[in-house]
Amino acid sequence: MAEPVLHAGTRQPGAPDDGAAELPGQVVSLRHPWRWVAVAVVVVIGVVLVTSLIRNPNFQWDVVFHYFVSGSILAGLRNTVLLTVAAMLVGLLLGIVLAVARDSKNPIVSYAALLYIGLFRGTPLLVQLIFWFNLSSLYPTLGLGIPFGPTFVSGSANALITPVVAAILGLGLNEAAYMAEIVRAGLQSVDAGQTQAAQALGMTNRQVFRRIVLPQAMRVIIPPTGNQTISMLKTTSLVSVIALPELLYASQIIYSRTYQVVPLLITASLWYLLLTTVLTVGQTFLERRLRRGDAAHGGRGRRERTAAADARAAVQDGLPDGAPVAGGEHR
Amino acid sequence: MTGPTGSTRLSKAAAPTGAATSPAPSATPGVATEAMVRARGVRKSYGSNEVVKGIDLDVAAGEVLCLLGPSGSGKSTFLRCINHLEKIDGGWISVDGELVGYRRRGEKLYELRDHEIAQRRSRIGMVFQQFNLFPHLSVLGNLMEAPLRVRRERPEPVRRRALALLERVGLGDKADAYPRQLSGGQQQRVAIARALTMEPRLMLFDEPTSALDPELVGDVLDVMRSLAADGMTMVVVTHEIAFAREVADTVAFLDGGVIVEQGPPGQVLNNPSQERTRAFLARVL
Repeated sequence: MAEPVLHAGTRQPGAPDDGAAELPGQVVSLRHPWRWVAVAVVVVIGVVLVTSLIRNPNFQWDVVFHYFVSGSILAGLRNTVLLTVAAMLVGLLLGIVLAVARDSKNPIVSYAALLYIGLFRGTPLLVQLIFWFNLSSLYPTLGLGIPFGPTFVSGSANALITPVVAAILGLGLNEAAYMAEIVRAGLQSVDAGQTQAAQALGMTNRQVFRRIVLPQAMRVIIPPTGNQTISMLKTTSLVSVIALPELLYASQIIYSRTYQVVPLLITASLWYLLLTTVLTVGQTFLERRLRRGDAAHGGRGRRERTAAADARAAVQDGLPDGAPVAGGEHR
Repeated sequence: MTGPTGSTRLSKAAAPTGAATSPAPSATPGVATEAMVRARGVRKSYGSNEVVKGIDLDVAAGEVLCLLGPSGSGKSTFLRCINHLEKIDGGWISVDGELVGYRRRGEKLYELRDHEIAQRRSRIGMVFQQFNLFPHLSVLGNLMEAPLRVRRERPEPVRRRALALLERVGLGDKADAYPRQLSGGQQQRVAIARALTMEPRLMLFDEPTSALDPELVGDVLDVMRSLAADGMTMVVVTHEIAFAREVADTVAFLDGGVIVEQGPPGQVLNNPSQERTRAFLARVL
């Protein structure tokens, strides 16, 4: 770092010009002594923590790893993963519907979507989960039929709203409110000219949305959806309050019996850490791919071409077929 | 949207019926009876701001019409009314005997449903100032999308037609490139080829060269010139006076939402009869 660098014969423009013959022979970088202090502090804290993790018998690492691959924990893990996938699917699909409704020209539909988003973002998810779980106290029987008309099928709400259904409803409906805003931002990132060009070619509104707008919006939608998925994985632990044996509740069941609270919380946490790490790696990979696609495919139509890009494309004309395109310097 | 609220009152001459096969006698003497585009009393407002204030126009089959005028004169808006990208507030426009966005019933025009409008638009090509190529599709994908999705054609003939069109605009080697990899001039030529894959009866150009670097304009104008020579009916909003002089059969000068002057380019551009036309030409030439 602090190696002296020799700049033979070069001089900074605008450098003091005292005696042109005596050029400074050395350039010395600024030293940062406080960095070494920070390193020392971090190392000391780290060593203290690690020794206590190893030395303190109350962590009960044998218990942690005993239950790490036990049947009930793995079953809880499976439930956590399934809940995450189901809630994100419900959230994404309903989020797309809400985003489209929000931008609808029909003011009633637009306000209805706004109301939904406000309601589900404005109340705690924990409250919503308990609410769905207790829906039977509000509506003892649920049925399918024509409003104010005949009912075709009906059943007891207690039987229909199982903890799994309540959990997927609670997590999914809540997620939809957040996904709606993400999808909406994605849809708005697509230039209006794209819609007009597609319409001018004779595509119907549905075709324009499915084939032209949505694929381009996905570039903007996918990265934050990854964040939401990672967040959802951990949020599923809230479902433990309605007694659904996902990862956290599965460990709670065990420690309520054995009183090994901390070791089992560590067991659950290690699994959460492992899964979020896998998801984060996947997300990084996906984003890198998207960005590469962006450089090659040309991002959004709205971005004006720069003279540099034109020049590069013009230069590329002279290159043989399939010559790689230098892309991505803009960002 | 069909209903009294979604209708437009007819004005002046009677509009043709939706699927008229024999166009009514032309209202403008001297223009061939087979007018490809007929516009009567077209009005368009944004809020309280009226940008098109009653335009009457005929474009014969095979004719090239250039619309000139200062910015804000309503020429682009009028062009976008022709394929119903903008809804008109009064009057009517027909293309090849069909009202584009409306169906006539009695004395009112009722706006058509989405898929009906789409079907009528599919035979009107349009080229935009900002190219508007689909960035997520390759050049070939851009050309094939509409024939495959709108006309549900089989892929192989469409592919051959698309490659032939790319060859025609001088980009036969760019079929697998993505729009971002092309220069502005190349993108615009792809956009023209994309419009041509739908075998349009009419081509609309909305300032096709205005977003291009000057040295890239020539290639695009060459393609348009060859289209005109092949007898394509074209309506071109442009600032390229030289192009209008050379290629146009008719030049219309618009200002303030109305046609100030209209006629052969030699007359309008060299010997304008209106003061406003003269002032505009003096500024741009």
